[in-house]
Amino acid sequence: MKTDIIIAGVGGQGILSIAACIGLAAINSNLQLKQSEVHGMSQRGGAVVSNLRLSDREIYSDLIPRGGADLILSVEPMEALRYLPWLTEGGWVVTNTTPVKNINNYPGSAEIITEIKSLKNNIIIDADEIAREIGSPRSSNMVVLGAATPFIDIDYKIFESGIAGIFERKGNDTVEINLQAMRAGREFSIKNN
Amino acid sequence: MDKLMLLGDEAIAQAGMDAGISGIYAYPGTPSTEIMEYVQKSVSSPAHEIFCQWSANEKTAMEAALGMSYAGKRTMVCMKHVGLNVAADPFMNSAVTGVNGGFLIVVADDPSMHSSQNEQDSRFYGKFAMIPVLEPSNQQESYDMVFHGFELSEKFRLPVMIRITTRLSHSRAAVKGKETLDKKTLGLPADPMQFILLPGIARKRYSNLLSYQPEIEKESEHSGYNQFFQGNDNSIGFIACGLAYNYLMEIVHAKKLDHPVLKISQYPLPRLLIRKIKDQCDSLLILEEGYPLVEEFLKGFPGSDKKITGRLDGSLPREGELNPDHVAKALGFSVMEGPSVPGVVKNRPPSLCKGCGHIDMYNALIEAIETYGPGRVFSDIGCYTLGALPPFSAINSCVDMGASITMAKGAADAGLHPSVCVIGDSTFTHSGMTGLLDAVNDQSPITVIIGDNSTTGMTGGQASSATGRIEDICRGIGVLPEHIRLIIPLKKNHAENVAVMKEEFAYRGVSVIIARRECIQVANRRRKEVRTIKS
Ligand SMILES: Cc1ncc(C[n+]2csc(CCOP(=O)(O)OP(=O)(O)O)c2C)c(N)n1
Repeated sequence: MKTDIIIAGVGGQGILSIAACIGLAAINSNLQLKQSEVHGMSQRGGAVVSNLRLSDREIYSDLIPRGGADLILSVEPMEALRYLPWLTEGGWVVTNTTPVKNINNYPGSAEIITEIKSLKNNIIIDADEIAREIGSPRSSNMVVLGAATPFIDIDYKIFESGIAGIFERKGNDTVEINLQAMRAGREFSIKNN
Repeated sequence: MDKLMLLGDEAIAQAGMDAGISGIYAYPGTPSTEIMEYVQKSVSSPAHEIFCQWSANEKTAMEAALGMSYAGKRTMVCMKHVGLNVAADPFMNSAVTGVNGGFLIVVADDPSMHSSQNEQDSRFYGKFAMIPVLEPSNQQESYDMVFHGFELSEKFRLPVMIRITTRLSHSRAAVKGKETLDKKTLGLPADPMQFILLPGIARKRYSNLLSYQPEIEKESEHSGYNQFFQGNDNSIGFIACGLAYNYLMEIVHAKKLDHPVLKISQYPLPRLLIRKIKDQCDSLLILEEGYPLVEEFLKGFPGSDKKITGRLDGSLPREGELNPDHVAKALGFSVMEGPSVPGVVKNRPPSLCKGCGHIDMYNALIEAIETYGPGRVFSDIGCYTLGALPPFSAINSCVDMGASITMAKGAADAGLHPSVCVIGDSTFTHSGMTGLLDAVNDQSPITVIIGDNSTTGMTGGQASSATGRIEDICRGIGVLPEHIRLIIPLKKNHAENVAVMKEEFAYRGVSVIIARRECIQVANRRRKEVRTIKS
């Protein structure tokens, strides 16, 4: 088993917490793992990316080769397109639709969505809206993560127990709301792919 | 012991604590910052008793660490590559004095300049100082090499460098810990003259350093970290240093290659191992995450008849960090790329945060200096460097920390007026204060704007050395009290702030304007912490 995942977003959007959730599920499945992160200047509102590599065999490179990513998971729509050269044939792109418009020349949302839709395997999810619906607007990253879980070769129950562990300290309500957010994202993907 | 998921930086920090350091010294700088931060987070119990406070700059950090080593204890000093330039004087001389307690210098290089002004390769510094250099290829080696480094340091009584690069610093993998070592007790150097580099003694110490060279090279020949792997196809052999070894292995396994490989992770270069692979193979490809240090060394070899390829002949790019695709291309494999990036995707450079005081500081500066024309604002490195980009385009230089003040002074001495500079509070105490003293002594007419957000913002908000004492420092250096002005960079104060700047630009002497407002990131974090404590 080998799953190479690119997690994309804008500095400050918290992509590392998504990486941590997947990473924990990988460890709990006895997989090997390498997770390259962006720290430093780009965290000030620039484009950020994390390379997450899961495998049942030894992983060498911390970086995913071009054409090697099985999944691009993005919390921002334009960022979902930035790493396409890394996508493998048949790989999936899962992205949130809420744009972060911190540059003057940000393109029109329709143009971006058209580009994403032109890809063979895509999931376009309004994670912010779904998070609001379940009464937890701050859980949109969990919704996107949930939407990506069908494309990661790890038992969903292991994701759930991992999330429970991560949020345990903050109480049962927090655990529940995050599980609910992740489940909502997952259901959306299963319905729409 | 349990496996931990650690960044390369964190693996080094954890290993330092496990190997019995009594103190760690550092000045923040990407990609090295997380080493100190990890120790600070971990040292919660008094049982640890590891000194772990940020230093004012890399030079003070290096010297303090040397002092701890003098006193017989194990210590580490950490910095980014350009920080070693600042600390170069004590660094070079620490190789001559030698050390007492085990002494590790951890330097994190930033090839591709993700967050830096250059991509210098610290292995050259190691060679320059003639000390052992360790270059881990993965997180586990990062951990293990700290123990190995202390062994070498204590065996030869020399400083030892660990050199890492961005991708290892900031990539996480499972790391298995070792049994912990006890800390050392206080103990002065056996030779009371060891650290006195007066010429007569320095010559002896230097001879001593030279005399160790064959032995530390022998260490490299026999080090478990320098490994020769046999292969059946001798048409080409690979020498891969540090992290580059991983990229090579990625391709070797994907393409099922069967060539001899020499992995190098310890310097000085193991010449016998290099000779072995060179004699055996028809040609060599040299893979280095950094400058072509090994490649240049090999090309200068007497009777260098064989084909040696790498960064110098264009097989690999001459600049920037490596990746698996570069290695695949160098070996003649085509890379199966995914779809190309569509034209709608625009660059997204870093930018000042919404609500950052630097924004209002720059808006006032732009208006106040307008009548004088462009090209008069020197700056250096911090979040405020983002003032170079639109919509501000407000600064004209960024060379090294502290250079804003001294370059403004030089330009003022040449006749430029007004000559203005913008510097951050942490950068001011790092290496701006001495330049201000020069300006005061020479009465060079400059206006220094200190963007005081009371933190080291660019690197993530570490404590800043002189929070709350900037005015006192300026007064102490000799700036006239009436020309030390405090402004609050807020939109509502814009007109007032412009007026203050205009007054000081018109003054033909040294003036300081402190633009003080707390970093928005730090303020938000504090509010969040207060909330969690309450709930
Ligand atoms: C010699 C050296 N050491 C460290 C760094 C990394 N670095 C860049 S900016 C900076 C600190 C900036 O803090 P401050 O001056 O307070 O400005 P702010 O970012 O808060 O605006 C550091 C540590 C560097 N570029 N050069």
